[in-house]
Amino acid sequence: MNKRFGRLSFPYIIWVAVFTIAPLLLVAFFAFTSYDINGNLYFTLQGFRNIFSGATVTLDWLGLKSILGLDIQVPVYVTVFLKSLSIAVIATLISLLLGYPVAWLLAKLKIAKKRSADFLLFLTVMPMWMNALLRTYAWLALLEPTGIINTFLGNLGIGPVQFLYNDFGIGLGMVYNYLPFMILPIYSVLVKIHPSLLEASSDLGADNIYTLRKVIIPLSLPGVYSGINMVLMPAMTTFLIPDLLGGGRYMLIGNAIQRQYMISRDYTTGSALTILLLIFVLISMSVINRNAAEMSEEGGLM
Amino acid sequence: MENIEKADQLKKNNRVRLLTRERSKTAMIGTQLSDKTGQSHIIELVGVNKSFGEVQVMRDITFYIRSNEFLTLLGPSGCGKTTTLRVLGGFEQPDSGTVTFEGHDLLPIPPHERELNTVFQRYALFPHLDVAENVAFGLQIKKLPQGEIDSRVSQMLSLVKLDGYGARAIDQLSGGQMQRVAIARALVNLPKVLLLDEPLGALDLKMRKEMQIELKQMQRELGITFVYVTHDQEEALTMSDSVIVMNEGAIQQIGRPIDIYNEPRNAFVADFIGESNIINGRMHEDFRVLICDKWFPCVDRRHENEEVDVVIRPEDIDLVKPADNLLNGIVTSATFKGVHYEMIVEACDLEWLVHSTDHKAEGSEVGLSFGPDDVHIMVKSAFSPMRGKSDQDSASHESERGADYE
Repeated sequence: MNKRFGRLSFPYIIWVAVFTIAPLLLVAFFAFTSYDINGNLYFTLQGFRNIFSGATVTLDWLGLKSILGLDIQVPVYVTVFLKSLSIAVIATLISLLLGYPVAWLLAKLKIAKKRSADFLLFLTVMPMWMNALLRTYAWLALLEPTGIINTFLGNLGIGPVQFLYNDFGIGLGMVYNYLPFMILPIYSVLVKIHPSLLEASSDLGADNIYTLRKVIIPLSLPGVYSGINMVLMPAMTTFLIPDLLGGGRYMLIGNAIQRQYMISRDYTTGSALTILLLIFVLISMSVINRNAAEMSEEGGLM
Repeated sequence: MENIEKADQLKKNNRVRLLTRERSKTAMIGTQLSDKTGQSHIIELVGVNKSFGEVQVMRDITFYIRSNEFLTLLGPSGCGKTTTLRVLGGFEQPDSGTVTFEGHDLLPIPPHERELNTVFQRYALFPHLDVAENVAFGLQIKKLPQGEIDSRVSQMLSLVKLDGYGARAIDQLSGGQMQRVAIARALVNLPKVLLLDEPLGALDLKMRKEMQIELKQMQRELGITFVYVTHDQEEALTMSDSVIVMNEGAIQQIGRPIDIYNEPRNAFVADFIGESNIINGRMHEDFRVLICDKWFPCVDRRHENEEVDVVIRPEDIDLVKPADNLLNGIVTSATFKGVHYEMIVEACDLEWLVHSTDHKAEGSEVGLSFGPDDVHIMVKSAFSPMRGKSDQDSASHESERGADYE
């Protein structure tokens, strides 16, 4: 039996080898090698050294400097990393707060067999079919100091408001780009909650809020976890959004890697950064997933 | 000949026994009623109508439910029985009509404030909670002290014979166990009325029979009014104090199980409850009905409309030697059914279903013999048959329910 299934999984093994393992090996190879002046390849840890031994700055994260007045010197890349993490976490939380009600509404319409459900779902997914670059450019036109929104505000005597080139603009870009990845997994869990469970809850004396707290939210947690995974990770590593909405002056971890590759042409440092980021992502994902697994163990989910 | 007489005697004895048993039961119901005459009707429905789009699923539904009785709503799928139950539970609002609960208008009260609990068709247990947490759900909402919740939950679990299952996950339970959890979860709140929506539908036959007896016992012990929805006529007859037969959104008959079986009010009820032969007949005068151009004595008076439905139960027909004053035919099939033989007789272009302990071989010529008591005369209705033999298993059409929920 095992042998037969082994043969069936052959195409998948090729797929994994070509698209996952080979690029990873290549990145690892770049991270630990460099060329000398004569063009000879040699093993080195210089990439990792560059990351941790470069110029240091005062860490200002969670108000460490601005509020507590602490002067902690850290390598530049650490601040870039922490900045990326903070923005990604905030964007993920906002996506969750916006996405959950939307997913709930869509699921409710779908369960009620309303035609509008499919159309609204289509509208939710549609932006994902368009080029992310164009969509993000569109936000530039909206948010510019002379853009559509500021012109409108100007007519009301407000502004111009600086939307772009700051945390707000980048956070907005992330939420906008990744919101569908939050809505879809939550939606797909919510539509599977049988309406009779909600009726049973209300039959046993629960009002709507109690039902939401004790039935709907616990049952939708797997969708919430997978939504968090799907938003946090790309938000953490994106370079396109900070590049465009940050006006090229904004440095997140994604941009740092992109610059090493495309501008400094330092593949060694870029690859070393990529590997460190990958390790962080794998660790945080395993933490989230273990949490999710524990929650579902407890409640006997799925 | 001897055989026939013996079988006849046996059947009569049986019926006498049945009747006496039924009489004692009536007496019991009677005393129950007189005990609490003040609140004998816990729920009353008057003129309730409900439509889903074009389809009217409840037509002028009017009935009452006595305190502490086991009432069954019986009918084929789509007859409106589940909708009626959902109106009581508060999950559907009727288009018109009134529903009162202990004399108060029930309709404006939301489901979570009604003093009724429901056992849902597919149990609707919370998959993220274990057995004890499921049962405790209602008590937790009432914010009872944890000690009391725990003791009531374990008490209830032992009532449904699930001691020690409290920490089990729902997906580790069998269908019968889930069923018991669903019943415990509803009963632990001590509702005045328990609504049960085909609770045994997903169980196998043996389990179903066991649960029928247990449910009836629980109902008696707890003194809670049960409103039970089923399409299974045998289930209805076994468990109920009263049965309401419904079809196409309308009530066909209300009565005790024995009355509904012995005195069906129309051809639908006769067909749905048990098996029956429904034949076209004509009545020109009292106590005589014309079936297939032959006159037979009966106990009914002449109906205004000469055209009537005649219902004869298969077990009321005896197969005897052909004779001039009988309907004569040929046995076309004979099947052994355990207690009796099921035989189909073709006589006067109709197929007659006959149950008898006395076997007649296929192809034998027989006469159909039945007494005046066995001939039930009914007014013609929309359900009147085109043929002599009825669908033998109208109930089994519903075995693949599922969409019934909506």
